[in-house]
Amino acid sequence: MSEEKKGLSGAKLLLDALREEGVDIIFGYPGGVLLPLYDAMLDSPIRHVLGRHEQGVVFAADGYARVSGKVGVCLATSGPGATNLVTGITNAYSDSIPLVVLTGQVPTSSLGSDSFQEVDIIGITMPITKHSYIVKDPRDLPRVVKEAFFLARTGRPGPVVIDLPKDVLAQENVEPFPSDMKLKGYKIFGRGNNSKIEEVAQALSEARKPVLYAGGGVVTANAEEVLRQFAERANLPVVTTLMGIGSLPYGHPNLLGMVGMHGTVTANYTVDDCDLLIAVGVRFDDRVTSGLGHRFATKAKVIHMDIDPVEISKVVKTHMRIVGDARKILEELLEVLPGHSLPDLSEWWGQIRNWQKDNPLGCDLDSLTPQLVVKTLGELAGGEAVIATDVGQHQMWVAQFYPIAHMRNYATSCGLGVMGYGLPAAVGAQLARPQDNVFLITGDGSLQMSIQELGTVAQNKLPIKIILLNNGVLGMVRQMQKMFYDGRYNHIQLEGNPDFVKVAEAYGIRGIHVNSVDQVRGAIEEAVNSSGPILLDFKISPDENVLPLVPPGKVITEMIVR
Amino acid sequence: MKHTLAVLVENRPGVLTHISGLISRRAFNIESIAAGYTEEPDTTRITIVVEGDEIEQEQVVNQLSKLIDVIKISDLTAVESIQRELALIKVKASLETRSDIINIVNIFRASIVDVSRETMVIELSGDETKIDALCQVLEEDHGIIEIVRTGKIALSRGPIPAKA
Repeated sequence: MSEEKKGLSGAKLLLDALREEGVDIIFGYPGGVLLPLYDAMLDSPIRHVLGRHEQGVVFAADGYARVSGKVGVCLATSGPGATNLVTGITNAYSDSIPLVVLTGQVPTSSLGSDSFQEVDIIGITMPITKHSYIVKDPRDLPRVVKEAFFLARTGRPGPVVIDLPKDVLAQENVEPFPSDMKLKGYKIFGRGNNSKIEEVAQALSEARKPVLYAGGGVVTANAEEVLRQFAERANLPVVTTLMGIGSLPYGHPNLLGMVGMHGTVTANYTVDDCDLLIAVGVRFDDRVTSGLGHRFATKAKVIHMDIDPVEISKVVKTHMRIVGDARKILEELLEVLPGHSLPDLSEWWGQIRNWQKDNPLGCDLDSLTPQLVVKTLGELAGGEAVIATDVGQHQMWVAQFYPIAHMRNYATSCGLGVMGYGLPAAVGAQLARPQDNVFLITGDGSLQMSIQELGTVAQNKLPIKIILLNNGVLGMVRQMQKMFYDGRYNHIQLEGNPDFVKVAEAYGIRGIHVNSVDQVRGAIEEAVNSSGPILLDFKISPDENVLPLVPPGKVITEMIVR
Repeated sequence: MKHTLAVLVENRPGVLTHISGLISRRAFNIESIAAGYTEEPDTTRITIVVEGDEIEQEQVVNQLSKLIDVIKISDLTAVESIQRELALIKVKASLETRSDIINIVNIFRASIVDVSRETMVIELSGDETKIDALCQVLEEDHGIIEIVRTGKIALSRGPIPAKA
C-alpha cells in the first residue's frame, strides 16, 4: 500500500483514507487552513455538500447518520468554524450518533501561540466526544482515520474529532505509516452472557406484569425485527423512549407509546405498576424518570441490557444486568424462550387495555390543530416517509401522533434537545435517502435557528417538504409559563416573524399558507406529491398544549392530562 | 470507603487532562492521584484513591474504562498490596532545636536531606498515617514551613501484575 501512496500530499492521503472507510459524502464549510484539502477535493470522488453555517453541516451529518446507519462526516475550518460545531457534536454525543468530525487547525508551528483563527478544539470537545485526535504527523493519517471510524461506529457509537493542522494537509510526498489500529484500551461488548440470558427467561416466566422498555440502543443495534419477534412471542407490552420510537411500528397492538414526561398515560401507569421491567438500550433519562430514579418502577425487578456498562445502575438500581449488543442479546433470548413456560398475561393485558380505553391521547380534529396536521400527514405520507423534527411542542406532537414505521425513518434531537436541528438534519436525511420522501416538521422558533439552510436545500435541489407549525410563539416555554408560572408570559412572543412563505420563495422554494382547517388535507396532498421542495405554513393557535405532562418533580403517574 | 485504583493508560499527550476532566465533570470524590512512567515506555501508571460507596466506585471504574486511552484498571483495595507515599517536609530548625528534630526523624525512620541555618528538609516515605503523624509532631513542636506529598502509589503483592 505504501508503495502506491508514495508521493501523496497529506490532504490526498486523508481523502483516500476516507474513501477506504466508504465515505461518499462530506458536509462541510471551507476556510483558510482547509485550502489544501479543498484543493485536493477537486480530484476526489467524494461529494461535498456546502452548508450555510457550520452548525448546519454537523446537524446534516447527524441526520445522515441517523437515517442511514452509517457514519456521518462533517468538516469545518479552524477557530470559529470548529467552535460552531460544538453544539452539533454534543447533540451526537448525547444520542450516541456515529460522526467523524474533521476540523482544520493552524499549522503545527503556530500551535499554542494564539494565532489567527486558532482554538484548542480538542480541549473544548474533550467532554463531548468519544475520542479525539490532533494529527501532527501526516504519516499517521491513514491510521487515525481508520481508528476514528472504528471508534465512531462500534460499541456505543459517538462523535470522534480529528483536528488537522494546515501543514499536515499541505505536506507533499508523504510516505504513510501502516494503518494498523493501535487501540489497546478499547473494549467492545458483543454477545451477552448465556447463563444470564437463562436468568432473564426465568424471570420472564415468573412475571405477572412484565413490560419491555426500548430505547436508542435498539436503533443502534438494528434490533427492530428481533425486538418485534421477542415482544410478540412473549406477548409483552412495549413502551419506548423518544430515541426508541419506531422500535415497534406505530399502531402495533403491543406498543403502548412513549413513556415519561410526555408519554401516554397507559405507558406511564404500566411502567409504574409492572413487576418486571426489561430495559433494552436505554439510560433512564430524566425525561423518562422525572429525575426520580428511586421512585421509578418501584415494584419491579429491573433487568437492564445495554452495551455501555456505565449506564447500569447509574440512575435506577438494577437487579440483573446484561452488557452487550441489543440485537445479539435479544436473539439469544428468543432462542432460549421455548425452554421456558411463558406466563398467562391476560389479566395484565386486561388492565392495560382498560387504561388505554380510559386515557386515549386527546386531540381536536375539527379545527386547524397541530395534531390534525401531524395525523393528516401521517395518513397521506405514511410510516415509510422519513421524518425530521426540530425541538419543542411540535416534536412531542410528532412523537405522539405520527405513525413512524421504522426506527431509521426518524431523525430528532433527543438528549440535548437542540432547536435548529431539524432543517439541516432533513438535508442530511434526504441526501442519505434520495429515493424517499423526507418531511421536516418544525416550529417557527426552531426553523429560525437554522433558516439559512434553505440555501443548502435550494442549491442541491433537495425535495424536502417543510411542515411548519406556526403559532408565533415559543410554544413549549409558553406552556410552562402558563402552567407553572401563573401565565406570566415573558419573551415567548416572536413578533418580528417574517412571512415564511415569502422567505421560502426568496430561496426559490414554493410556499403555501394554510389558514383554515379545510385547506389542510389539500395542502398536504400537494406536498406529498411535490417533486421539489415546498414549505407549508400552518397557522395554529398558541394556546395548544402538549399533554399529557408530568410536572417537574412529580413521579410519572402524576400527569396533567387536560 | 476508600478504594485504591491502578490505572494503566497510553502515554499520550492530553491523557491526564482527559482523566482529571472526567473526574471533575462527573463530580467524583478523588483523594489523590499520582502518575509516572512504567516498565513499558508507552504506558503510564496512575494511582487514584477514590472515596465513595460501591456504586460510586463502580461508576468511577466504568467511566474511566470508557476512555479510549485507558488500557486497564485494577482495584488494589481488594487484593494484598503495598501502598506508599513520599513526603518532603521543610521544618523550622534552629541550632537549639536541631537535635530534637534529628531524634524525631530517627524514630520515624525518615531522613534529613537538607539543612540551612533556619530550616531542615525531611524526606519520609510510608503510608498516609505515618506521614500524617510525623507532620503533626513537627508542626506542633517546631513549625512546618512547607510540605509536598506525592499522593499514594500502590503495587500488589505476589507475581500477578495489574496489567494482567
